[in-house]
Amino acid sequence: MKTFRAALAIAAKDLRIEWRTRTALLTSTVFAALVFLIFVFSRDTGGVSLATLAPSVLWVTLALAVVVALNRAFLLERENSALDGILLAPVSRSAVFWGKWLANLGFVLMIEGIAFPLWILFFGVGLRPALITVLLLAILAAVGFTAVGTVFSAMTVRTRFAELLLPVLLLPFMIPPLFFASQGTVRLFEGRPVTEILSWLKLLALYDVSFLAVATLLFPKVMDE
Amino acid sequence: MTPDIIAAERVIGRGRILTIISLLLLAGIYLMVFQYTPPEQMQGLAFKILYVHAPSAWAAEGAFVMVGLVGLMYFWLKEQRLDIFAEASAEVGMVFGTVILTTGPIWGRTIWGAYWAWDPRLTFTLLLYLIFAGYFALRSAIRDPSERARFSAVLGVMGMLLVPFIHLTVFLFNSQHPEPVLMAPRKSPLPWVLLRPLLASFAVFTLLYVGFVTTRYGIGLRRAAQEGADA
Repeated sequence: MKTFRAALAIAAKDLRIEWRTRTALLTSTVFAALVFLIFVFSRDTGGVSLATLAPSVLWVTLALAVVVALNRAFLLERENSALDGILLAPVSRSAVFWGKWLANLGFVLMIEGIAFPLWILFFGVGLRPALITVLLLAILAAVGFTAVGTVFSAMTVRTRFAELLLPVLLLPFMIPPLFFASQGTVRLFEGRPVTEILSWLKLLALYDVSFLAVATLLFPKVMDE
Repeated sequence: MTPDIIAAERVIGRGRILTIISLLLLAGIYLMVFQYTPPEQMQGLAFKILYVHAPSAWAAEGAFVMVGLVGLMYFWLKEQRLDIFAEASAEVGMVFGTVILTTGPIWGRTIWGAYWAWDPRLTFTLLLYLIFAGYFALRSAIRDPSERARFSAVLGVMGMLLVPFIHLTVFLFNSQHPEPVLMAPRKSPLPWVLLRPLLASFAVFTLLYVGFVTTRYGIGLRRAAQEGADA
């Protein structure tokens, strides 16, 4: 219970800092919008329709936006050695992980919340019932991405090339959940029923549970001095 | 010369002897494959690349598994030498990985007509290869040895957990790789005359892995001892 409350306090602190300036949120959303535009302008306008491209574009964009967003997760703590303050507090390292993870998840969900309608608008997806399941896929994917990303960004922030290292470490770990999520999306767009993509949802959930568990165990090792 | 450096030199010496022996045995495998083994019925000469390709896959995957296992042990024992061993194993794994990623496409060009066809096993190797490229990028960006060891172990253990997911991904994605010829006893087994050199080659590549890793481990020990002596 104490761990849970400490985690919530850390997450609330991070989200409050974010909400006061909104710089990172704004930048990440503009970034996502720009990636959409890059896809639109770099496609073969005669051969590939925006609708065919839509599922892939959604997942590539979200993956890149997550990497950009997670880069800042521990940068805040580096200023004035704020992280030392948190580590000195009488809470477990797992609580620190859960707090940081919750904040990152909240942040990524906010980006998804803005990028999603833009995607529907730009790629002529149109409002359809399948979108609810796509949103569920996006949430499940975000849980896994942020679980791995929180551990990795805690490591890379202490190195010399944080901005470059994080994507190189994180992207291979994002490939399985991205694949599960995009396969589910493609099936939904072909008009298949939700029951047919249940296995993709389950795989995503399995990935989330596995990596949340191992990240909770390994994060304290990263923070050890 | 401190005692540590002398001990490290001894490890390197042992590794070199093992490497030389296994390279001589590898020459023997080549002789066996090209001189005393008939061409395969369907694939002809192209089949012979299997004798290098499959054992390399065994050595590379074994090497990467060692990195994860040693990483787990590191959290337990906090022994710097374990990190030096993990680095050695990862580096040797990259060498064997390079062999897989070059021999695979060469064979694929002849049999499938394409160098790269997103075959699951090759894609799997490529992904592992990229994760370990990240492993070395991470290592090179950290100066403090104990931090480097901890972070590398974290990445190694997470990588081990990722392996089944990558496996699932690449197989659900696409498959046209020939079925394994060793671990599938019920499917028409390879005739003994073709199987014999393959089994021998697996043994030689295992020895080659041990030789390489011992040498590289000794070099790591020597480097750590020199840094200790300088400090």
